[in-house]
Formats: sequence, structure tokens, C-alpha cells
Amino acid sequence: MGIDVPWPRPGTFRTSLALAGAGFRRWATYRQAMLAGAFTNTIFGFLRCSVMLAVAGGAGGVAAGYRGPQLVTYVWVGQGLLAVVQLWGWTELADRVRTGDVQSDLLRPIHPVLTYLTADLGRAGFAMCTRFAAPLVVGALAFQLYVPHRLATYPLALVSVFAATVVSFGVRYLVNLTSFWLLDIRGVLVAWLLCANVLTGLYFPLAFLPGWLQPILWYGTPFPSILQAPVDVLVERGTAAHQLSIVAVQLGWAAAVLALSVLVQRRAERRLVVQGG
Amino acid sequence: MADRGRVSAYRALLAAQVRAQTQYRFSFWLDAVSSSVVSLLDIVAVLVLFRATPALGGFSVAQCLLIASLCNVAFSLADAVVGNIDTMRQYIRTGRLDSILLRPMGVLPQLVFGDFAPRRLGRVLQSGLVLAATLAWIDPQWTVGRVVLVLAAPLAGAVIFASVFVAGSTVAFWFVESGEFANAFTYGGRDFTLYPISLYPGWFRKVFAYGLGFAFVAYYPALALLGVPDPLGAPAALAWCSPLVAVPAVLAAALVWRVGVRHYRSTGS
Repeated sequence: MGIDVPWPRPGTFRTSLALAGAGFRRWATYRQAMLAGAFTNTIFGFLRCSVMLAVAGGAGGVAAGYRGPQLVTYVWVGQGLLAVVQLWGWTELADRVRTGDVQSDLLRPIHPVLTYLTADLGRAGFAMCTRFAAPLVVGALAFQLYVPHRLATYPLALVSVFAATVVSFGVRYLVNLTSFWLLDIRGVLVAWLLCANVLTGLYFPLAFLPGWLQPILWYGTPFPSILQAPVDVLVERGTAAHQLSIVAVQLGWAAAVLALSVLVQRRAERRLVVQGG
Repeated sequence: MADRGRVSAYRALLAAQVRAQTQYRFSFWLDAVSSSVVSLLDIVAVLVLFRATPALGGFSVAQCLLIASLCNVAFSLADAVVGNIDTMRQYIRTGRLDSILLRPMGVLPQLVFGDFAPRRLGRVLQSGLVLAATLAWIDPQWTVGRVVLVLAAPLAGAVIFASVFVAGSTVAFWFVESGEFANAFTYGGRDFTLYPISLYPGWFRKVFAYGLGFAFVAYYPALALLGVPDPLGAPAALAWCSPLVAVPAVLAAALVWRVGVRHYRSTGS
């Protein structure tokens, strides 16, 4: 079957660009929701930032290798990024499986993983311009942000954010694919939320956790690659080589979850129950 | 007579929800287990922060845990009863609220029972156990006053959280695509309440602690239980003011809710 091979088809690239553009425009229409989301991220930025500064203050200025301004940037960039990587809730595919609409996805000439990925990248692009930028501006006005010293950090951070979005998409896609077997994915979603909140580094920097746990998280799970990685690249935690290794781990995870998505998708299609209607 | 019919209608709604959610057994159990872990996270987060620092806003780990666990009981109680109200924005956006308004039942109870999650009751139990464990660790010198306080504070706190939930949900009456706006004050309020209010910057603290009343959920009652003076210099009597904050909070939420329902014009979809 030709549709099992996602990449090398003539015209795929142009179609993907169009899909990404559509994803961008689709999210640009929810302006009220975007403003509400940015507002909420900003309030949480103030909350988390106050707590982190209290941690740094109590620890005598440096907490787990982060100085005050680095922690401030960690918080505000994290609040902006969680909309970009869409850390919480995405059930569109699961909903389509439940209603049976998913069958029309399979009729398209582009592989479903690629279709959803490109649309998601378009969405992430819009989120970068709005949801990422808004809390960062407020954070910069109200607190002293850490500004990267190394020029190479900026392009590397962009690559890192891109990889983070792809990893997040892959995991969310896999979560949604479970609906082919379970139909009701409420339980899987709550489990994902649990991992998303703690293991990605949203609640606290993962460096606060015990040392033995950290390599297990970074290499054994995709979660740190989704949020902690781009933040650590941006606040220049450790050496330049460390930054590069973070991005390398992310790219590895991006490739792994995409490959797994394609594989599970193939299995899922055999399980497809068209519920009629 | 009409009341009895109404009660059985609500019971039927509730039973249908429980039945629907237990249909998919694997999903249900994963949900139940994950949910109880999720609600422990706030406590775990406090412990993790103390791996990086010996004190937070001048408070020790045990003192911070007491504040966090008082907050947790109050929030899980409120969440169990009215937490579903944040689905209302979807009801308004999709126009499903129209069919709810047509039925001869209260709008608020229908929303509350219509998407009830049994797992929320587990959270209440679990947060109560954490509070009991924390109190056993701290071992405050028990007086009648402190016993009353430890029972009354979470109830008053739950009422304050519930009022914010209901009032927050009404934003969708005015801004249909209000998205996560209310979360800033419901979940944001919980996050605020988890930590000593002394660590927040001045104006931000004023809005959340006094404007929305969150300081009276856990911070002031905890100070009284610990026998510690407020580093911000507030009088000790504030520990007893939680019910005095809860009552006007309910009245305000009820008022906003009524105005909202009256103001409702369908999205026409």
C-alpha cells in the first residue's frame, strides 16, 4: 500500500505547506480564546515565578544550578511554550475515531500522521506569535529575565522548540490512537496529563529531582524533550556541548515517536470500527 | 411532591453518568488511579521544591505542607461538587445550554450532575488523609479552638473555591470563546493557596489573598494551627475570619450567576 510510506510522494511538500497554513489560520480565528489563554498563562507565570524566586532566595541565590534570572526565564518561557507544544488536551483524532469520521482521513492521499503533524506545526507557528510572545513580554516587564549570552543559542533554541513540538505531537497522537482499541480515552488522557505536568518540567525544573532519576527521565521517556529541553537550551544551563546534546536527544525522540506513530497507525487501521451514521 | 420528582431526576442523571463512565473498564480504572496520583502532585511539588531550598518564604517544609494540605482538602471538596462547571463554556459555545434551560430543573444542578466524575470523591478522601498525616507530623497542641478550626477551615475554603468556580464559569455568558480564562482564578487560586502568601509580590498578593479571599482558605488557619505569627504582620484573629469571607463570596457568585443566566442569548447554533 502506497499510503504506508509517509514522505516521498510528489506534491506532498506543497500540500503539507498548505495544511500547515490552514492550521495557522484555523487557530487565528479563535481570538477570544487565544487572549483568554494568554491571560491565564500570565497569571500562572506570576504565581510560579514568585514561588521560584522564593526557592532561589531560600537557597542563597542558586537552586540546582539555576540562578534567579534563569528561574524567572524558565517560568515565563515554560508558560509560553506549553501552548506552543500544546501540552494539555488534544482529542481531535480520538473524537473522530469515536464518531467514525476518521475513515475519511484514510481516504486522503497523504499519510494521516503527516496530515495531522503539518496542521499541528501550523498551529504551533501561530502559538509562537501569540501565546509564546504574550507571557514573555509581561515577564520581561515585571521581572528580570535571563538573556542568552551565546549567539548560537538563538537558532539552537528554535530547533529545540521545533523538535519539542514534534515530540509532543507524536505522544499526543499515540495517546489519541489508543481510542481505536479503547474508544473511551478519558483514563489515558488523565495519565498523559500526569506525565505532562510533572515529567516535562512544568511544575518544577527536573534538576530539582534526585540525580539518579534524571538520566532515566531524559533518555528513557520523551517527556523532558517536550518542555524542559527548550527551556534549558534557552537559559544556557551548562556548556554549549550540553546544549547540543539536549537537542540531539530531542531529535532522537522526535524520530522515535513519529516512527512509532506510523507503526501504531498501521495496526490501528486494521482495528477500525466504523460506527456508521 | 414536585421536589421528590426533582430529586429522583437528579439521581437518574447521576446514575447514568456513573454507568456511562464505568462502561469502558480499563479507561475507568486508569482514570481513577491517575486522578488520585494527580491530586497528590501538589503535595509532591512542595516536597520537591524543598529539595532545592531549606525554607520557602520563611516557612519550613512541615509548615508549608500544612498550608498545602489544607488547600488540597478545600479544593478537592469544591472540585467534587461544582468542579464540572468549567464545562459550561462548551455548553454555551455549542448551544447545548438551550436544551438544559428548557428542562424544568435548575441549570446549575443539571450541569453539576450531568458530567459527574466518581473519581473526584476519591480525591476528597485522599486529601483528607494527607491532611491527617501532616497534622500528625506537626502535632499542634490541640485546643477546642484548633479542633474547630481544622474542621471549619476546609469547609469555608471549599465554599470560597466553589464560589470562584461558579462565578468564573459565567464569563462564558459574555465572552463565548472565553477558553481557559476562568482557570486563572480557579486553578490559579489553588496554586496561590498552596504556598505561604508571604512569598508573592505586593499587588498580586492583594488581589488573590484579599480581593478573592484565598488567604483565608489555608494560610491564616494554618498560622493559627502552628501558633506562628504572620510575617506580614496581620492580626491573629484573621484565622477565624474564613466563614466571614465565604458568605459574601457565595452571595456574590449567586448574584453573578443569576445575572449571567438572564443575560444568556443562545449562540444560535
